Amino acid sequence: MIAEIGLAALWLAAALAVLQMISGAAALRAGPGETNPLAIYARPAAVVQAFLAVLAFAMLLRSFAVTDLSLKLVATNSHSMKPFIYKLTGTWGNHEGSMLLWVGVLAASGGLLAAFERRLPELTMHATLAVQGFVALGFYAFLLLSSNPFERLPVPAVEGNGLNPLLQDIGLAIHPPTLYAGYVGLSVAFSLAMGALLTREVNPAFARVMRPWVLGAWVLLTLGITAGSYWAYYELGWGGWWFWDPVENASLMPWLAATALMHSVSVLAARDALRTWTIMLGVLAFSMSMLGTFLVRSGVLTSVHAFAVDPERGAFILGLLGLYIGGAFTIFALRAGAVAEGKRFAVTSREGALVFNNVMLSAILAIVLLGTLYPLLTEAFDVRVSVGPPYFNPAGAIFAIPMLLVMAVGPLLRWKSDKPARIQFELMLIAALVIGMIALVSFFGQFPLLPLLGLGLAAALAVAAFLPLRGRSLKRVPVATWGMVLAHFGIAVSLFGMACEGAFSEERLAAVAPGGTEQIGDFAVTLEAVTPIAGPNWTAMEARLAVSQDGGAPVILTPQARSFWSPPQSTSESALLTKWNGQLYAVIGNQAEDGRWQVRIWWKPFVTFIWYGGLLIGFGGILSIVGRMRVDLKRRAASTKGAQRRADVEALGPAAPQPAE
Amino acid sequence: MRKLTLWLPLALFAFFAGLAAYMLTQEKDQFVESTMIGQPLPAFALDPAFDGLPGASKADFSGKPKLLNIWASWCLPCIAEAPQLEVLKQQGVEIIGIAIRDKPADVANFLNRYGNPYTRIGSDKISEVQLAIGSSGVPETFVIDSKGVIRHQHIGDIRPEDVPVLLRELEEAQ
Repeated sequence: MIAEIGLAALWLAAALAVLQMISGAAALRAGPGETNPLAIYARPAAVVQAFLAVLAFAMLLRSFAVTDLSLKLVATNSHSMKPFIYKLTGTWGNHEGSMLLWVGVLAASGGLLAAFERRLPELTMHATLAVQGFVALGFYAFLLLSSNPFERLPVPAVEGNGLNPLLQDIGLAIHPPTLYAGYVGLSVAFSLAMGALLTREVNPAFARVMRPWVLGAWVLLTLGITAGSYWAYYELGWGGWWFWDPVENASLMPWLAATALMHSVSVLAARDALRTWTIMLGVLAFSMSMLGTFLVRSGVLTSVHAFAVDPERGAFILGLLGLYIGGAFTIFALRAGAVAEGKRFAVTSREGALVFNNVMLSAILAIVLLGTLYPLLTEAFDVRVSVGPPYFNPAGAIFAIPMLLVMAVGPLLRWKSDKPARIQFELMLIAALVIGMIALVSFFGQFPLLPLLGLGLAAALAVAAFLPLRGRSLKRVPVATWGMVLAHFGIAVSLFGMACEGAFSEERLAAVAPGGTEQIGDFAVTLEAVTPIAGPNWTAMEARLAVSQDGGAPVILTPQARSFWSPPQSTSESALLTKWNGQLYAVIGNQAEDGRWQVRIWWKPFVTFIWYGGLLIGFGGILSIVGRMRVDLKRRAASTKGAQRRADVEALGPAAPQPAE
Repeated sequence: MRKLTLWLPLALFAFFAGLAAYMLTQEKDQFVESTMIGQPLPAFALDPAFDGLPGASKADFSGKPKLLNIWASWCLPCIAEAPQLEVLKQQGVEIIGIAIRDKPADVANFLNRYGNPYTRIGSDKISEVQLAIGSSGVPETFVIDSKGVIRHQHIGDIRPEDVPVLLRELEEAQ
């Protein structure tokens, strides 16, 4: 019954998406000064649709919570013995459930937009809702026609078929939903961009409406990628934090596009420049989200993440991609020429710096996109290749290095036009920091070029991030500016972590007999014992490692080699010892013939800074949203007050005394 | 010029979409064949998986070509392939099963529900034999000739269209 309610809600939501689309489109056909009678339905349809889609997801969540094995999805992906929390996270740990989450969040954001957004011209709003309904409809069709999450089994299964044990982790509880919410936030940006383009309303007011959505999506993507990277780091047991895997790239590309869009939309809001750019990036950011979904779900690329791949579904998503993105780019090509050019600005200005960095971000995006799709291209000619760090790192760095330098300087420049001579001191300081840091590190040893440059840039950026505050009264600095400062500082922190990991990591792979000791960095690691232990749905060999730093009191680490039995699969559970200045990372492997155990240990100095930086960037984004919203609410309150007062004055008539100012 | 530039994103996208569509229609060969094909079965002797049938050992694969079916009562695709195993049994094929990480009661329960095509079922409690013959999942089916040599490996559930393929392989293994 629960499942049937969910399915019915899904069908009804799809029907409402049709209504929303028709009603929104009808509003556009009305002549000037009149309203189409159908137009009144768009907003309510969006709100009710949001409720229904969320209801459908709640029903699926409930089916997973009680392990309803008559549902095919539950039987394939869950298990009655699984810990409760993983039963719940199993809801979106599979194709159908995650697509339902996708449309749930999509509908919810459409509902929010329809219910609360009153600043845009009504016509633009209707065009936006029509596009949003059109996008949602495609995904409803996809769910209902090719990935029904509520499908029943003819005979209920005796027991469920587990969940990919790699995904049985708390990281999974947070990481995909965060990314999805981010992707979907970009869908609102997309709909708004199309709405503005269709009604020729690409202006600062539109940018101010779009900005919180972009910022919000960007914050979620930032946190999602940070969490995902940390998850891959400790769960896959390979010691790395980024693998340039197609699925990771699929989350990075929308982030790059969203970062560019966020800066571009700010310029549009503040200066009424970069109109076409903003629209273009709005379409691009959402294209990248959909492309990510396509790559992950279709299986055209092989990846560690590719669960539930299906060419038929791939074809469906590709069809949707063609419809939305092809359609959007067609409208863009036809209409963007008619968008009046925005305000002009000099090359050395804050806009100039932002444009430069947007081009750099787009270039990095192109590099990642090319590297991700290149295997697809060569496979068309029957050559199998894998593109990895040797391509991505240097090719990305070519554009990332100038971008980071301009990022240090850009916020110091004035809008419209500025002279470099005015910020001489800052420029010198930044240059001195880059060169000084590189010289200092090179003095201590030979290190690879990119991490070395990274260290130099990180030092300069960390200081430069705070330079915009120089000479200002800290109390009067707007919250949004603090957000920018923190986010830029976060980039420096993250970069520092990456560079340190690249330059100073130590690794040791050894076969150790119980009782044996290995030395790595300042740490002496003793293998005390290896014992079998059992969990709720796995058994494992657990090693007890006593780690002592410089002869201090030992800390016990317990890495495990786990074997899950439903489905049979083995995973490696790494054990981490976190210090303020880095992490010791230990993994246990197989037992050799002679009874010794393979133990792999890394000392990774400051590696944690990568994720601290990510969190700082996200926090900066949140501050920025809060700051903008506060200003916006104040402005709105002030203008209502003003209007109220004018109305009062008029109502009192000319004889009324004028209020003393 | 500006007009043309505006069409550029669409052109790039069209190229990608065309390529992806082409690739989707291409057969993808992702099977990891066991390196054990052409090799004799490793030696093993497994206890019965439940009270109804004897267990399985390497010695059981003699006389005529037989099928070795790796399955488990907790495996959903195994339910899907049960009717095909039944068809094979009716064609006179002898099927020896190995139940992976299973319990006697569950095995009996499964066979009651979905039919019993096996002549013997060995119980592989720790996937020992499964790994030794190069199988990475359940279900998988191997064609073993009369000398105990692995001739063919079928990964995943047996679909109706796979039945003739298996029959032909058994024929060739004579």
